[in-house]
Amino acid sequence: MIWSAAKALMIRDLSLLWRRRGDALQPALFALLVVVLFALALGGEAQALAKVAAAVLWLAVLLAGLLALDTLFRGDADDGSLEQWLLAPVPLSWLVLVRTFMHWATTALPLLVATPFLAELLHLPHEQLPVLLASLALGTPLLSLLGAVVAALTVGMRRSGILIALLALPLYVPILVFGAGSVAAAGQGLDPVGALLLLGAGLVLALVLAPLAAAAAIRIALD
Amino acid sequence: MHPVVRWFHQLGSPPYFERFAARWAPIAYIAGLLVMAYGLYGALFVVPADYQQGDSFRILYIHVPSAWMSMAAFALMALYAAIALIWRIKLCEILAMACAPVGAAFTLITLATGSIWGKPMWGTWWDWDPRLTTELILLFLYLGVIGLYNAIDDRRNASRAAGLLAIVGVALLPVIHYSVTWWNSLHQGQTISLFGTSHMDPSMLPPLWAMVIGTHLWFVGSLLARARADNLRRESGKDWVARLAEPRA
Repeated sequence: MIWSAAKALMIRDLSLLWRRRGDALQPALFALLVVVLFALALGGEAQALAKVAAAVLWLAVLLAGLLALDTLFRGDADDGSLEQWLLAPVPLSWLVLVRTFMHWATTALPLLVATPFLAELLHLPHEQLPVLLASLALGTPLLSLLGAVVAALTVGMRRSGILIALLALPLYVPILVFGAGSVAAAGQGLDPVGALLLLGAGLVLALVLAPLAAAAAIRIALD
Repeated sequence: MHPVVRWFHQLGSPPYFERFAARWAPIAYIAGLLVMAYGLYGALFVVPADYQQGDSFRILYIHVPSAWMSMAAFALMALYAAIALIWRIKLCEILAMACAPVGAAFTLITLATGSIWGKPMWGTWWDWDPRLTTELILLFLYLGVIGLYNAIDDRRNASRAAGLLAIVGVALLPVIHYSVTWWNSLHQGQTISLFGTSHMDPSMLPPLWAMVIGTHLWFVGSLLARARADNLRRESGKDWVARLAEPRA
């Protein structure tokens, strides 16, 4: 039952995405713009860029994810699908988890694929690239899961606007610190594994708790 | 029913809470003011100057109690929010939301006094040190709770959504508390302890405890006053509120 529900939801999300292919590119385009603006603001000097490359890439990914956050449940809240989720015979938190995974796969995964290219624009030292990719691979699902809680809290509002950023950013800070910190540690010749393990631990914890919290928030919003 | 249990149940009723808060909020304010006045007098005039920091350490008598209060208020808010979500007690929703602005104010005081102290001592107003950063995030969390509460039209839904955010944010409290132990930090470690020995001269301690008790009493006073106002606003359509508003014959 839960797998067939997950499959149906995934197929629906993918076909919706396919019919609006242009929208799917937006997060990657936004991250590219952030990277370009940073590079121009810093004067385009290769050495100066290399020093901040990892931090800028993490920020670009985080901000692009923040921009896409509002769409997580918005469409379903508007057309009433979210009420059907509540009535469905499968747990609400399971549907939230599947939706969050699909959202991650369609907004964060393309960014992850584009990261080596963006890193090249910022002259990121090549030996730091695997650490950056590992930290993003562990960190972006964590961002999506925490973001799901925030998006669920604001789903009852007509426009969430700046509020969604105010709610999400404090929760994102530790992920940013450890994610960008792991790459910085690798850049200084230190062991980045500790920070990556902490990100992994956070991911496991959020995988269990965040869908429950988001489901509770949806119930409150639709009450 | 046991009298204490009965009193507890009665307190959940809005008219009963109105009478309770009207009586105890001023008492908590005055008691807090008196205890803080004693503490401040002790801190400014009685306690000797520190052998290293001179007189500037005296700001600690405001900084430390409000820092503790900023975290305690968040924990209390999350506790009330959990009670409100589980047992749907309306009064706990009100109390949880009344904690937020008071806690945010204490967080702001903590950050402000810390940075005033930091300028002469560390030579900088601000440093991205773990404890300072986490305290700043705590302020943002408070602002998020307040913002979410004000953004949703339905008061009950708003307080439950904001309460859920408070419960999620509670994960930050241990990080703030242990930030000086876990990371090498510019901020000094724990020197005062409720149980066990404090690494502070005994003569410096009594005014500090007075300030701690005073801020807690003040917090209780503001919590009751704010909750009373919100309670009256939510119940404004009811007869008993209308009767309160009538001039007494």
